[in-house]
Amino acid sequence: MTGTENAAELVRHAPGAHEDGAALLPGGTTTSTQDFLRGVWEENPVLVQMLGLCPALAVTNTVANSLAMGLATFFVLTGSSLLVSTFKNLIPKEVRIASFILIIATFVTIADMTLAAVVPDIHKALGAFIALIVVNCMILGRQEAFASKRPIGRALLDAVGTGFGFIIAMVMMGSIRELLGNGSLLGYSVFGPSFEPWIIMILPPGGFLTLGIILLAFGWWRGRKAAEVPRVRRWPHGVASRRAA
Amino acid sequence: MSSDLFWILISAMLVNNFTLHLFLGLCPFMGVSAKIATALRMGAANIFVLTITSLVASFLNAYVLPHAPYLRLISFIVVIASLVQIVEMTIKKVSPTLFRELGIYLPLITTNCAILGLAIFQTNRGYGFLEGLAFALGAGLGLTLALVLMASIRERAELADIPALAKGMGLVLIIAGSLSLAFMGFAGLSTP
Repeated sequence: MTGTENAAELVRHAPGAHEDGAALLPGGTTTSTQDFLRGVWEENPVLVQMLGLCPALAVTNTVANSLAMGLATFFVLTGSSLLVSTFKNLIPKEVRIASFILIIATFVTIADMTLAAVVPDIHKALGAFIALIVVNCMILGRQEAFASKRPIGRALLDAVGTGFGFIIAMVMMGSIRELLGNGSLLGYSVFGPSFEPWIIMILPPGGFLTLGIILLAFGWWRGRKAAEVPRVRRWPHGVASRRAA
Repeated sequence: MSSDLFWILISAMLVNNFTLHLFLGLCPFMGVSAKIATALRMGAANIFVLTITSLVASFLNAYVLPHAPYLRLISFIVVIASLVQIVEMTIKKVSPTLFRELGIYLPLITTNCAILGLAIFQTNRGYGFLEGLAFALGAGLGLTLALVLMASIRERAELADIPALAKGMGLVLIIAGSLSLAFMGFAGLSTP
């Protein structure tokens, strides 16, 4: 179990949380590139940290829904990080979580109303899950662990990186589920009319199964990569000893 | 009327189970489902907070939000968070034993999407006071059922000979998928 004891634990152990020692300079020991790339892949919010699972499982039955949800979350995360980082010195420590939630809720309301006005169909399909972005632990986690302790530029980079990572995971889930469950991508038929769709993939169990199988595949891949490292390292040593002989 | 309420309860508990069908409250479902005893306690705490939330949401919907609909989300989250805080302090004062039993689960529930989800679904479906209560009770019982089922399976899985690769979240998600599949059988129950 990778630190998924409970939500508070998740927020506390979110990446960046361990670097908040007073000895470190503001901006930490990481470079801007690391701040950006970390969230995209190495510490992907959904696939590695298992945060924000509720939307990742609930609305990924088509690519269009996944993309809309990903973009809405990206907007809320970036906006909140920007605002939290700007006002970090004005927010009292005792009420910081409540203040973060208020800021997040404001951005979610904006996203909710914008989607309802611009793409009413998708807004209807996503339903209450837009409003539920407020309680996405990923967003609160980034505010608590990173944006409230870093300069604005770094907080923005981190938010954009994490947001991208979230979009990547959402679209990945959405593509697999729509392709297998409906035989199409973004509504365009891929396999032709003779394909028998796996209905289960676009139903709720499909969400659990898809993510479960993705995680198993990643675990297998990482295990293989870890096993490869010592073999590569042994090579030069062997060559060196042969040369010596 | 009473059969309507019963149907709302059954629907929220089994057919549209919050965790297995709507994916709400996944954090405790993944996090505190390793032992049956903890799962039961978490479920009880959830039923309690869900019921209170439903009362508050009914009140806000009836008296406050008609005047300012755009404040819906913000007022829900603020009121729920502060209410859980008050409940926590009251329990601590009145019954320290119960407080220790519930432990960290009570404050954690605030950030649980099932709670806010309940308030929003209740509003979207236009439930009144009594319907809201039935909905909350059903949702709470459903969450508890899912938690306990999951914990029972995981306790057995601890003893099983599982390949090292499959251990961890991947396995938990696949189990959840099978449970969700089983719960889809309840979709056969139709509105009377």
